[in-house]
Amino acid sequence: MNFALSDEQEFLKEAARGALSRVATVEAAREALDGGALPDLWPTAVEAGWPGLLVSDAHGGAELGALEAMLVFEELGRVLASVPLLGHLPATALLDGDDRVAPLAAGDTRAAFVPAKPPTDLDPAWTTEPPLGLTRAPAPAFADGTVTGRVAWVPDAPGADAFVVVLDDGRAAYVESAAVEPATVYDVTRSLGHVTFDAAPATLLDTTPADAAAAWYLAQTLIGAEAVGAIDVALATSVAYAKERHTFGRAIGSYQAVKHELVEILRGLDNARSLMYYAGWAAADRPDEFPLAASAFRLAAGKAFDHAARAQISVHGGIGATWEHDAPLYFRRAQLHRRLLGGTAGAADRVAGELITAARAA
Amino acid sequence: MDLNDTQELAEYRATVRAWLEEHAAEAPDARGDDDAAVAARRAWQRRLAEGGLAAVTWPAEYGGAGLGPLQQVVVNQEIGRAGVPGIFDIIGVGMLGPTLIAHGSEDQKQRLLGPMLTADEVWCQLFSEPAAGSDLAGIQTRAKQQPDGSWRISGQKVWTTNAQHAAFGLMLARTNPDVPKHKGLTMFVVPMDAEGIGVRPLRQISGEAHFNEVFLDDVLLEPGSEVGAVDNGWAVGLTTLMFERVTIGLGGEGFGWRADRFASALLADDACTRDLETRHRFGEIATEFLALRFTGYRMLTSLQRGQIPGAEGALAKVTTIRAAIAAGDLICDVLGPDGLSDERFGELVSDMPGLKSAGGTEEILRNMVGERVLGLPPEPRLDKGIPFSELRAKEQAAV
Repeated sequence: MNFALSDEQEFLKEAARGALSRVATVEAAREALDGGALPDLWPTAVEAGWPGLLVSDAHGGAELGALEAMLVFEELGRVLASVPLLGHLPATALLDGDDRVAPLAAGDTRAAFVPAKPPTDLDPAWTTEPPLGLTRAPAPAFADGTVTGRVAWVPDAPGADAFVVVLDDGRAAYVESAAVEPATVYDVTRSLGHVTFDAAPATLLDTTPADAAAAWYLAQTLIGAEAVGAIDVALATSVAYAKERHTFGRAIGSYQAVKHELVEILRGLDNARSLMYYAGWAAADRPDEFPLAASAFRLAAGKAFDHAARAQISVHGGIGATWEHDAPLYFRRAQLHRRLLGGTAGAADRVAGELITAARAA
Repeated sequence: MDLNDTQELAEYRATVRAWLEEHAAEAPDARGDDDAAVAARRAWQRRLAEGGLAAVTWPAEYGGAGLGPLQQVVVNQEIGRAGVPGIFDIIGVGMLGPTLIAHGSEDQKQRLLGPMLTADEVWCQLFSEPAAGSDLAGIQTRAKQQPDGSWRISGQKVWTTNAQHAAFGLMLARTNPDVPKHKGLTMFVVPMDAEGIGVRPLRQISGEAHFNEVFLDDVLLEPGSEVGAVDNGWAVGLTTLMFERVTIGLGGEGFGWRADRFASALLADDACTRDLETRHRFGEIATEFLALRFTGYRMLTSLQRGQIPGAEGALAKVTTIRAAIAAGDLICDVLGPDGLSDERFGELVSDMPGLKSAGGTEEILRNMVGERVLGLPPEPRLDKGIPFSELRAKEQAAV
């Protein structure tokens, strides 16, 4: 039994951290709020081999697993790096084995995964995010070699060369062109688009509904891993400040009220990290537990990130809520995080549904 | 990352499973605390000890199996799977025995460990006092050495599980009040039938008495009752607390607080399984229990690599109690008022508020983690470097 990262996995993380340290991503994120351009990190990603991380060796990829992808995302999340991999990696996972995956694995072209939430014990439909409100829309439909439908809030859709679309029956289709309306986003480091397919020419992929569901859960773990990296930074920044800032003659970190809040960030981080490993292990060794593991991880990471982003502001006092500080950038990301890809509330419902279904079967 | 058994561990698991299958019929009911039930549990511990399943990590020379934490977890899992109770004296075998092995004299080990293992002699832990729990080094029970080397003990202990069944207690007492409080403490072995010892059950919210108060009125201990050196009791006590964390960390699911078990309880009313608020609450609670399980595997990996369990384990305790409180609450909301009288879930509701303070209050655990793990500065203290005998006056002057 061994439930720790291997040397190779630690090295992958270090290499990702090193590659990202060459670009001032957090400063760029602040400037982008005022309309500045974000640095193009795609060449960095290509050089590191991230676009083909999940693609099989035979099709030009690194053939690594979900856990390795999460470790890269943890590093991306630490520095709020804007790299369109949240859309790309689940698309390549579904397309692996198909000849069209090779340019995607090499990073010559870029794909966006157009997600659909798999059916639950309460809702038999494959559904997508609505542009507004809580009523989920049906996933796009396939007919006569074309796909028709509209999906809101699709990660990394703007600028994508191809779309891997999950359909209303759990199959998946490859589409080259779609109308993408870039979404105005609160977190400017996150590229999102509303995608419309109007009888767009499409080819069906040789995938099962289980594959489409696995791609959804993979996306849950990737966005969760981003949160883990961001929480780690929020904690370290807040702890450092609590040691140096003095009030009433003592460092504020000596006050229990502040100390306990910081420990609560650590508790959330530690729980999320344990579930990240669970999700990585399940993806490789227990595919039937992956929906539960990925959803529990997404929920734990999203909740902990929301708390950490708020606590970081509180610990820093008023300045933490201004553009002078990085805390608002992490806060913006946390707020968008909890509302994307089914949201943390959707993940909580999924955890309940999986366990209730298992209890019924027992 | 690999949670599968190695071949060696799989073989060990098969041996354990076979033993349990062969002897399961002899196992008593895990519930009940009357004399007959306790006698049956003690007899079952003897059987487990004969099967090599009682003290998995103790060295072979003291009757243990001489194995590691992984094998301990296998035994815990297999006992859970077989649906039989584990050992009766978890505190003795899991915490006090290992403390004696680390700090006791050879005579103490030879005399005491064997009967502890077979539950012929049950043990209790005499650490906490009415005025010293989280701040354990503030204990007031006094031990004064007599000219012949014997000791006279007076004081009061509390939260003492199994005191009414115990042959011995491991007791922390103050031997020198004129030095700062951590420095004047000594650990002792106390025969619980000694003259001057009184045990009184302490009933809790549920009406049951899981703990006792223990009164020590001029109790005489023979020379050599100390465990470790005189005035070195704090270091000995820290060993016990470290084993406490390991025992809890490796055995948490043994309490039956598991996501799947609470899911089954929700099935009592099908409408609950479709109610979105119930599902949301349950999803959050279940996630915390799942996090605990996999945090346990991370801790076990560290232990297996020879790392000493750190203060992070305290966070697992905080999560356990918080999740168990929320789970009891949820299930009783689902079951309605009858749930509060339910043997499994009502007791959870009643017991958790007190358990929040067991093994250190949530607040003191958060202090510990904040200071030792995050490196935050400590609260200013009034007791640093002050002889214990002067401390009370200083505390009162500060009010």
